[in-house]
Amino acid sequence: MSAENNAIANREPLFRITKRAGISAYKAWAIRLTAVVFALVACGLVIVAITGQNPIKVYLSIIDGAVGRSRRFWVTVREMMTLLIIAIGLTPAFRMKFWNIGAEGQLLMGGAATAAMMIYFGDTMPNWLLLVLIFAASSLAGMIWGVIPAVFKAYFNTNETLFTLMLNYVAIQIINFCIVYWENPVGSNTVGIINSATQKGWFPKLFGLTYGWNVVIVLAITFGIYIYMKYGKHGYEIAVVGESHNTARYAGIDVKKVIIRTMILSGAICGLAGAIIVSGGSHTISVSTGGGRGFTAIIVAWMSKFNPWAMILVTAFLVFMQQGSIQIATKYGLNENASDIITGILLFFLIGCEFFINYKVELHRKKKEVQ
Amino acid sequence: MRNCFYSSSAKCFAGVLQTCVMAVNRTGPVTLDFDLEDFLVKQENAIELKNVTKRFGDVIANDDVSLSVRKGEILSILGENGSGKTTLMNMLSGIYFPDEGQIFVDGREVTIRSPKDSFALGIGMIHQHFKLISVLSAAENIILGLPGKELLKMNQIMAEIGELTKKYGFDLNPSQKIYGMSVSQKQTVEIVKVLYRGADILILDEPTAVLTPQETKKLFDVLRNMRKAGKSIIIITHKLNEVLELSDRVAVLRKGKYAGTIDTADATVNSLAEMMVGAKVSLDIDRTDPVKPQKRIEVRGITSKNKEGLTVLKEVSFHASGGEILGIAGIAGSGQKELLESIAGLQPIESGEILYYSPEGTTEKISDMKAADIRDLHISLAFVPEDRLGMGLVGSMDLTDNMMLRSYKNGKYFYTDRKKPRDLALAVVDKLDVVTPGVDTPVRKLSGGNVQKILLGREIASSPTVLMVAYPVRGLDINSSYTIYNLLNEQKNKGVAVICVGEDLDVLLELCDRILVLAGGKVAGIVDARKSAKEELGLMMTGSGKGGHTK
Repeated sequence: MSAENNAIANREPLFRITKRAGISAYKAWAIRLTAVVFALVACGLVIVAITGQNPIKVYLSIIDGAVGRSRRFWVTVREMMTLLIIAIGLTPAFRMKFWNIGAEGQLLMGGAATAAMMIYFGDTMPNWLLLVLIFAASSLAGMIWGVIPAVFKAYFNTNETLFTLMLNYVAIQIINFCIVYWENPVGSNTVGIINSATQKGWFPKLFGLTYGWNVVIVLAITFGIYIYMKYGKHGYEIAVVGESHNTARYAGIDVKKVIIRTMILSGAICGLAGAIIVSGGSHTISVSTGGGRGFTAIIVAWMSKFNPWAMILVTAFLVFMQQGSIQIATKYGLNENASDIITGILLFFLIGCEFFINYKVELHRKKKEVQ
Repeated sequence: MRNCFYSSSAKCFAGVLQTCVMAVNRTGPVTLDFDLEDFLVKQENAIELKNVTKRFGDVIANDDVSLSVRKGEILSILGENGSGKTTLMNMLSGIYFPDEGQIFVDGREVTIRSPKDSFALGIGMIHQHFKLISVLSAAENIILGLPGKELLKMNQIMAEIGELTKKYGFDLNPSQKIYGMSVSQKQTVEIVKVLYRGADILILDEPTAVLTPQETKKLFDVLRNMRKAGKSIIIITHKLNEVLELSDRVAVLRKGKYAGTIDTADATVNSLAEMMVGAKVSLDIDRTDPVKPQKRIEVRGITSKNKEGLTVLKEVSFHASGGEILGIAGIAGSGQKELLESIAGLQPIESGEILYYSPEGTTEKISDMKAADIRDLHISLAFVPEDRLGMGLVGSMDLTDNMMLRSYKNGKYFYTDRKKPRDLALAVVDKLDVVTPGVDTPVRKLSGGNVQKILLGREIASSPTVLMVAYPVRGLDINSSYTIYNLLNEQKNKGVAVICVGEDLDVLLELCDRILVLAGGKVAGIVDARKSAKEELGLMMTGSGKGGHTK
């Protein structure tokens, strides 16, 4: 005992970690900015290690790849809008602490519905009506995919995380089936570009911009969700249910109704994201239509603390780096995984910096002389 | 206790010596002096804190606190909510690290940087919230995390635990699983756990908050046995009577500062309260006679089952009138919670009915209604539930948002209106002296007393005709408690029918007009609080309550 005591006595901790009582917004953003700088440095080191090129040159080609030419710039914008709308769609569910990790499946279902509308009604109606139909059908498809786990959660208290995750795989199988069904040309095992001649069901140009509608629709929904969550009664109910079902019952909130209603909304927006990808971008459908965006969006939503404005920043940064690294991959003969490595490094730093926002690390202990 | 004269002079001597040692310490080798000082202080203090300061951001939780615990004594640490009692003890148990100051254990200066260090020094803390694994047995929890061979010798461990429990008089079955245990049994496991690990200094954080009077008595007997065996015990508490009953000395903290230590023999309830608050405190409840009581709520033979299908209320009938306080007493879990929740429309009932008589003379049958329907009918039924942050308030929301919890639907169309709730929050903060950085602070960050003030303030602001409160002063310090009693009385004098579930029989007898005693979900009796004695209530609580929950 006493030997141990001696060992313990006079040992100074090397550093101490204490939880912060609070942090000013200014300081928090300074920490995040530092994390971004560190992330860029780390990415630079990795790139140099792989390519042996001057990192500044590599970064310039990243910028060039993301926004260098008008077309690249708009592809970056399009990708950013897609990621943003999925993150926005997840927000109401996440605020309710309903861990919807099925955005990938919901958007695939929305995409499948969009493709179906384009294929079957492409020649029968004017384009504007077809687009309205596409929006309705894709939202409905995503909604159905979102509401199934919600109903089971509300009535049988099933685990929504597993349920939504499993539905992703069901959605992928449905897409596989659709590809066989809609195969064009036969034997290609792909759907091909739908209505490539007539451009029916494609988003038309807005103000001369190919992706103008993508931007308008996504920003409008972002703004809408912001108002809904912050000033709406529904948003308030969602926040209460997310905190405690007991409190919600006490406040006279119908918990089942709120869970189902919120997932209808969340699923519908994710479904609409499918329409924005298919009608507003790829004009085809495949199992990689989602491209993992349904999962990346979860990280975006969390990193932004469910704040829609922060989501715009986070998606912009992520997509910028992703698109840029596609460029360096082709330029320096790397494969497409280079982009994943870059994204991984960025996320590591951005998520890791939250630790320093919540906790303080002190290296030295101030010692007061005692009489 | 040791010879007083010797120990106090030794302390003096040690003090002088220590100063010398400190002086020498800075200049040269000190081996010899250190041992001598060590020897002398060892006689006296198990723990000594010197000028300890701990800050959280801008908040100073402990400001230059110095206090000592002698060997073989029970020291109470007394203080209002937020006065830094728990923070101070957490520094001894290695959860927090002091910003400034020194800690001495057995006369040696130590650095405690983790709970492991704390264990090694023989300090064991029993937290308010137990840290046990419910699927494991008591014995398994006790040895959890201890180093040992690959093969567990459970028989030997059981025998060792049995020896410990016999020595101090614990009532514990080491092979029982935690999930089947009552709160008091779990507490016993926690205490045996630290003793098994060889703790000589035990710190108990509000150990009696969750215990019945009988269980408290049992705990105190065990603690006295431990004192006899030479252990040092620190107990953190709010309850002045317990301090007087149990401890040898009392150390008082006030707003993070050390207010002094006195011998319990020299203390009274009033002197302690004064030390704690820093001003004279009136401990009287001003009870007026009910004026023309009018029936507001009538409960007729309700029976109710909980989710597991156990009958929690059985043929309960009573009425509550405006202008009086109806107390509800009973052993914890006798159906108090379910009774209030069934009136509030949160607990479904099997049979029976609940009627509401409005001041306008209409009668509503509220037993078939849900909470939302009752609200929509504009029946102003205020309810302060037992679980404040888990039911009455939303911890992560700020004061404003919490104010609109029960009235958020009043906003126009689709939108919520935050103007009125904000004004209400400001008014409640102002009127009830809520200590908060502002109305935009999350409620979870406030102390227990302030949380309760916010909740009660909101419920009273709805100008209710019926006010139901469950354990309104649980975990609150003396000043806040009396503020709450006064608020209840104020409502009563306004003609509100107040129903108050309480655990402190002394207070119920002083505060209420009538007291309903529940035992095992049944009404054991309704008595006049002015003409009844505590013993009588105690008998009713247990006497017919043998049946407990029935299928």
